[in-house]
Amino acid sequence: MLEPFLVRALLAGLGLGILAAPLGCLVVWRRMSYFGSTVAHAGLLGVALGLFLNLDLTLGVILVSLGVGALLVALERQRMLPVDSLLGILSHAALAAGLVAAAKLSGQRLDLMGYLFGDIFAVTNSDLLWIYIGGAAVLVAVAWLWRTLIAVAVHEELAAAEGLNTRRAEAALILILAFTIAVAMKIVGVLLIIAFLIMPAAAARPFASTPETMVAFAALIGIAGACGGLFLSTQWDIAGGPSIVLVLSAIAGFSLTRSIVTANR
Amino acid sequence: MQSAAPRAPGSPGVASPTESTGGHSHGHDCGHDHRDHRGAHEHRLHHADALLSARGVFIARSRRPILENVNIDVGAGEIVTLIGPNGAGKTTLVRALLGLETVDQGSIRRKADLRIGYAPQRFDRDPAIPVTVERFLALGLPGPSANMGAVLDEVGARRVARQQLSALSGGELQRVVLARALLRNPSLLILDEPVRGVDYAGEAELYGLIGRIRTSRGLGVLLVSHDLHVVMAQSDRVVCLNRHVCCSGVPETVAQHPEYVRLFGAQTARAFAVYQHSHDHSHDLTGEPQPKASD
Repeated sequence: MLEPFLVRALLAGLGLGILAAPLGCLVVWRRMSYFGSTVAHAGLLGVALGLFLNLDLTLGVILVSLGVGALLVALERQRMLPVDSLLGILSHAALAAGLVAAAKLSGQRLDLMGYLFGDIFAVTNSDLLWIYIGGAAVLVAVAWLWRTLIAVAVHEELAAAEGLNTRRAEAALILILAFTIAVAMKIVGVLLIIAFLIMPAAAARPFASTPETMVAFAALIGIAGACGGLFLSTQWDIAGGPSIVLVLSAIAGFSLTRSIVTANR
Repeated sequence: MQSAAPRAPGSPGVASPTESTGGHSHGHDCGHDHRDHRGAHEHRLHHADALLSARGVFIARSRRPILENVNIDVGAGEIVTLIGPNGAGKTTLVRALLGLETVDQGSIRRKADLRIGYAPQRFDRDPAIPVTVERFLALGLPGPSANMGAVLDEVGARRVARQQLSALSGGELQRVVLARALLRNPSLLILDEPVRGVDYAGEAELYGLIGRIRTSRGLGVLLVSHDLHVVMAQSDRVVCLNRHVCCSGVPETVAQHPEYVRLFGAQTARAFAVYQHSHDHSHDLTGEPQPKASD
């Protein structure tokens, strides 16, 4: 018989695997992985502020993530520095600020390791609600914007010339990404979350011939990674987040090796 | 000199087919050269007739002027070739005509119900996103399309319909991009360097295709090219842009010149024409127009 905490962990992994699939694919297509890391790093600051202000922690993370996202979009307008440098600055500034705030603002109440690397076995029913209800809202929004998001990923200028509202889709994607990261943070942690997004998508790419099949494979791989990681974690008594990411990297490694081998044949 | 009345900052997309009798023949850009019959040609194309008409377009970015006082018209069934050196502002002008770039001064008028089919420059396809040719075409339309196959036939790309976009050759990609533009059933095609990176034979073939499409569909074509001397033979007009319109005129066909025929072969030579520039000014390093020394 499964323990309730294990059931909750499995449900969380299942929900996140599905939620991460379309977002992870979009992150890969739009080259937003560094952007995602930056937003995730800022999440720690959100947790600290949430504790300090007695807000719901997920809400705190969402607010700070959105703030960082907006700051990034504004900073991208300057031309002096390339975007990856900007992201490097903002990402680590956010992480440092989060660590300092976690130490100073929240006293001893914050389980720092839990937020850096996630603690899937500590998932509560309210976390599950965030994942499933919030996640359903995210999926509906993504489905609504799907054609525009794909068209922009393929050729942004052409999509805009054809009358699609590319800016709105872009802004919505940033919002949705921030929300997903906020929800997933507790489970895989701010340092590993981007892996949870891009690894299933990257592993799915060689098997896919359409954007939708890539999302479907990514979801299967994400779920497999979550289940496999949980199994490893309970067998060897190691942390859940790193176990999941380890399984996902093994799948991604296998998939990429396979595509290199078949390409050379 | 410029006869155009002051206009509101450009609001592309607003169609108001007015000012059909506007006397715009002696603007700065048209005044350089009176030998090539262009003046007469411009008089035939008033705002009301043109599918797309730009008057006195001025665009500056970071306080540097990119386009100054640019006039251009494309009429129904007409092929206009826009040429100019790199950095001349061709892409900015195209983006402005498409409504993607705000116009600081001047105006861009589109005929009511104008549908533009736009084919961008050859672009880097991202292999990270798996899309077939069919899917790429469908992205240009809000709903499913019944005549995708017919349009692919029209551009001669039926056999790549199920291939991945990233697997296409340069020439195949140009045809597929053209198909996506045609699927919108446009009355005006804007093609940004459709023959870039294609060899002479392929270039001639693409020009032939564009010419046939113009004839069969009766649509206007604005074709951008970076080749300053050899242009599509079926161009009705060539406009040479270097921040402002330096000159414009009719290309001279090369099919009768034995040298070209020897170089390209008779069939291929038919697709090309040479364009004789007749500027009364040159450009210094900053792009500022300078009067010719002989003047």
